[in-house]
Amino acid sequence: MSTPVVYMDNNATTKVAPEVLAEMLPYFSELYGNPSSMHTFGGQVGRKLAAAREQIATLVGASSDELLFTSCGTESDSTAIFAALQSFPEKRHIVTTRVEHPAVKNLCESLDKLTGHKHRITQLPVDREGRLDLKQYEESLAEDTAIVSVMWANNETGVLFPVEEMARIAKSRGILFHTDAVQAVGKVPIDLSQSAIDFLSLSGHKLHAPKGIGVLYVRRGTPFVPFLIGGHQEKGRRGGTENVASIIGLGKACELAADRMSEENTRVKTLRDKLEDGLLAAIPHAMLNGHKTERLPNTANVSFEYVEGEAILLHLDQFGICASSGSACTSGSLEPSHVLRAMGVPFTAAHGSVRLSLSVYNTEAEVDYVLEKLPPIIEKLRAMSPFWQSAHQGSIGGASCKCQCS
Amino acid sequence: MWEYTDKVRDHFMNPRNVGEVENPDGVGEVGSLACGDALKLTFKLDTEGRISDAKFKTFGCASAIASSSALTEMIKGLTLDEAAKVTNEDIAEYLGGLPKEKMHCSVMGREALEAAIAHHKGVPLPMAQGEVVCECFGVTDLEVRRAIQESNLKSVEEITNFTKAGGGCGKCHERLEAILREVHQDLQKVIPDQRPTARLTNIQKIKLIEEVLEREIRPALRKDGGDIELVDVDGDFVVVSLRGACGSCKKSQTTLKEYVEKKLREQVLESLIVEEAKS
Ligand SMILES: Cc1ncc(COP(=O)(O)O)c(C=O)c1O
Repeated sequence: MSTPVVYMDNNATTKVAPEVLAEMLPYFSELYGNPSSMHTFGGQVGRKLAAAREQIATLVGASSDELLFTSCGTESDSTAIFAALQSFPEKRHIVTTRVEHPAVKNLCESLDKLTGHKHRITQLPVDREGRLDLKQYEESLAEDTAIVSVMWANNETGVLFPVEEMARIAKSRGILFHTDAVQAVGKVPIDLSQSAIDFLSLSGHKLHAPKGIGVLYVRRGTPFVPFLIGGHQEKGRRGGTENVASIIGLGKACELAADRMSEENTRVKTLRDKLEDGLLAAIPHAMLNGHKTERLPNTANVSFEYVEGEAILLHLDQFGICASSGSACTSGSLEPSHVLRAMGVPFTAAHGSVRLSLSVYNTEAEVDYVLEKLPPIIEKLRAMSPFWQSAHQGSIGGASCKCQCS
Repeated sequence: MWEYTDKVRDHFMNPRNVGEVENPDGVGEVGSLACGDALKLTFKLDTEGRISDAKFKTFGCASAIASSSALTEMIKGLTLDEAAKVTNEDIAEYLGGLPKEKMHCSVMGREALEAAIAHHKGVPLPMAQGEVVCECFGVTDLEVRRAIQESNLKSVEEITNFTKAGGGCGKCHERLEAILREVHQDLQKVIPDQRPTARLTNIQKIKLIEEVLEREIRPALRKDGGDIELVDVDGDFVVVSLRGACGSCKKSQTTLKEYVEKKLREQVLESLIVEEAKS
């Protein structure tokens, strides 16, 4: 395709920063030693790994021996939750939310099968703007709650949860607290030395490092049971020879993220706001999904009523614009995103949701380009939609959907 | 990302016949906003009773829009009887195929056509007469049965891909399983299952195995200069020894598993495992 790519899908994955790639390349070629080896050749790789570990620890205010490398954010999530459940086999209750990423949601929902124990799970609801009720959270904690797992920032809407306060509440009740911070790291300041969080997951490919590298933070003194059992790597807490180049890349990416955090929260945020406000102003029957301010600076999730998300994405694709949707059709399931449904976004709007997620690599010209291209697409699709003329009348005959499962 | 054919992309980007026919002779509306896709089809007949114009309005994904566009192109010039024969498979084929998860889009096209024809004739929609199986998407058992038969569906997942039934809360999965079994049983009645259904005693099992060996397997092996001997039957394990040409043949393992075991499983018991006697 000759159309240049306008990439606004950074919550799905990000571009590897050129500085990150440059840092990684030697470790694919001349510096291929095993960091655990007893020779100088491998040892120099080990030293570089230690330096990367420091860079990552610095970004999140942890100490380097509190980090273990994993293969992805998903593995970090699984490791934390299984560690807590195995450390307290007599505790059978888990508190989480209805809007978690599948890495946590599907895991928690299938624990019965995986462990053979009858685990109870409480999935906290959210309000129309995607926020939790802290009082309800406190009331959900039980004597036998083993772990709370609540994401720091939502991948679809960008809504932030008050995880530090929630972690303090859990700690006061002697309950372990895990947060999936995959979307938050690098976008919002995190200082684990000042928090009560026991486990935190992060993933390289959301902050301009490669795919396939994750980190799990385990607070010093937190009970831990390894998930991948094997060699003595990571002090026996995670077997498997280190993904050396990716870890080094992640180290560099964390250093860059620390430098760019303020740009993310000023320039990128301004771009996001311009994009979002522009779309809401140009297109009638459009609405913002997620709380306006308690939100990541880079994410805009907007619903356009009476049109379907996949159709919007394919039209955008013709212009080289990359985005995501919470519509049923894009997921291959038949129901729109569980996050939007949990927020009570009406079906008329959930099917027509579009997520645009920016990064420091986006420019104002790109935002203007999307503001130029998207409104006519919605207009074209609405002209084709049987609901647009008869808007507000809802179903047009046929059997109507009355699913009560959400 | 879905792999759409060029034809699907073309009909999506440049849909034909968008809109509503004025003073239509038939109007069919299916789907709803909540379901995520909906289609309104209108057509006009000429003096000879052929469809002279057809237009659609669709809310839905790319394949829903492409299926609607294809449908309007396909039915122009047809009589209502001819149009009534257009199936969802025809629509998918016209588009060069649809991803299997998207087959329900072509089904929606066909149902809108049926609804429009029924509307023209002033008769109720046959498919809507059934009992609603899937509450989430309002799918009746008649629609499910027809899809199973016409597209030879084998699992609940396939039913969902074609009709959406079962794609919501999942409460109807058991009912769908049951319908699937019923339809397939009806289809199979034509070829009665020869396999005995009651539990076999060991003696009966040995007798049956001997019979199949004698009737089918030995003659086939002898043609190639080989032979087979039944050594023992222990539970589901059938121990045999291959003789003659077969015994020294390098392919004897393949013969055992792919031919002997397969035949015995088909005609005696599904769970049988054939092994060669250790000499
Ligand atoms: C909130 C959240 N958690 C977990 C993950 C999974 O991360 P990974 O793809 O590295 O397994 C993602 C990314 O899709 C995410 O957005």
